[in-house]
Amino acid sequence: MGPTETGSGSSAVAELAEASRSGDRRATARLLSLVERGGPQADEVASATHFHVGGAHVVGVTGAPGSGKSTITNSLTTLLAEAGRRPAVLAVDPSSPLTGGAILGDRVRMNGAAEAGVFIRSMATRGHAGGLALAVPGAVRVLDAAGFDPVIIETVGVGQVEVDVTDAADTTVVVVAPGWGDAVQANKAGLLEVADLFVVNKADRPGADDARRDLDLMLDLSTITGRVGGERPSVTMTTATEGDGIAELAEAVVGHLGRLSDGEELAQRRERRRLAEVRAHLGHLLEGAGEEVLATEASKATNPAESPMMVARRLAAGLLG
Amino acid sequence: MVGTGLPIRVVLAKLGLDGHDRGLKVVARMLRDAGMEVVYLGLRQTTGSILNAVEQEDADVVGISMHNAGHLTLGPRIVSALADAGLDVPVVIGGIVPDVDLAELEAAGVAAVLGPGAPVDEVVSTVRAVAGHDGSD
Repeated sequence: MGPTETGSGSSAVAELAEASRSGDRRATARLLSLVERGGPQADEVASATHFHVGGAHVVGVTGAPGSGKSTITNSLTTLLAEAGRRPAVLAVDPSSPLTGGAILGDRVRMNGAAEAGVFIRSMATRGHAGGLALAVPGAVRVLDAAGFDPVIIETVGVGQVEVDVTDAADTTVVVVAPGWGDAVQANKAGLLEVADLFVVNKADRPGADDARRDLDLMLDLSTITGRVGGERPSVTMTTATEGDGIAELAEAVVGHLGRLSDGEELAQRRERRRLAEVRAHLGHLLEGAGEEVLATEASKATNPAESPMMVARRLAAGLLG
Repeated sequence: MVGTGLPIRVVLAKLGLDGHDRGLKVVARMLRDAGMEVVYLGLRQTTGSILNAVEQEDADVVGISMHNAGHLTLGPRIVSALADAGLDVPVVIGGIVPDVDLAELEAAGVAAVLGPGAPVDEVVSTVRAVAGHDGSD
């Protein structure tokens, strides 16, 4: 059943939103499909959910492929669900740039969370770079309005520069595994700078203590990274498959929200989140418009004296009026 | 960007105690390469866990892989469980299914059966046909 069958008009969307708020998970799932699809119906969903967001704690979990993001998310949300919270997960995996297809495999590691009643939705990036899907902020709103809290965003497996998640989440958790890199890697610019909390997963493996030491050293040298209320980000050691360290991680995550809420930081981050969403959609729209302009203009851009940069600037001037 | 319309979403799973998941992985690749989004559940799923995933993922199709001769028991069970839950989502069974069982599965509401050696085109066109839309807008 596709989202096309939800009927037409905003009343259908409003009904879905109402059902979703009263706990109808199928309605929530349908709203997520509409958000993913984009277009006018996604706008209706945004309108229908916007005023019902309850300020769920949005937590980003990011890190390299295979570092254990899904397993950590599974253990963490299972623990939180058992403690009476209502967690939801958005698990993002990459779409093929060639066919648009995707294998969304995060649920493989989330059987425990699914059994504990955690709402899990897999999302493909559908052409969006930066480690997330364009629809993530809208999907977070749907889950928030449906009463889920926290909402965990699990990014695609990332490298060094995919930092989009920090604009989408209140709290960003970076997961590394033993052998991920050395002290020089730890001090490179990028992902590690923007984390709020660190996890060294697979802590039962050789090299885990080295990884921790490198991260600690990096964090001790930084006056910027993750400093909220003057506190240095914590490094939690976990063996997620065994559940070891997950309670400490849950404590760190909840504690971080507390520190954000103590000052202006939470409000500032959420305002930044809104701007980042506008920027992402603007980029997407310009890209779409740009493709059309390119198709018609490219053939005219044959003047060899005009560099690619100059062509781009001329086209941008045309687009932006 | 290719395929930005409305990709067909397929939940793929092994049901019960059946450890042979190579076929399922191959099918996952076939469907991915045909532009579909495959929600891969993997091994040892139950009727309940599949239902749960179909609901949360807003799936268009469920694909179950069976190599342990459980298809006559578990196939109809998942079809009726989906129907009981009000989920109008077609079930495709892949794997080892003797020809003599096909009629019974069809009667039970299984949308299609794909046997060993089914070529890529057949797998893809079958899933597209039962999904009710071709993945474009």
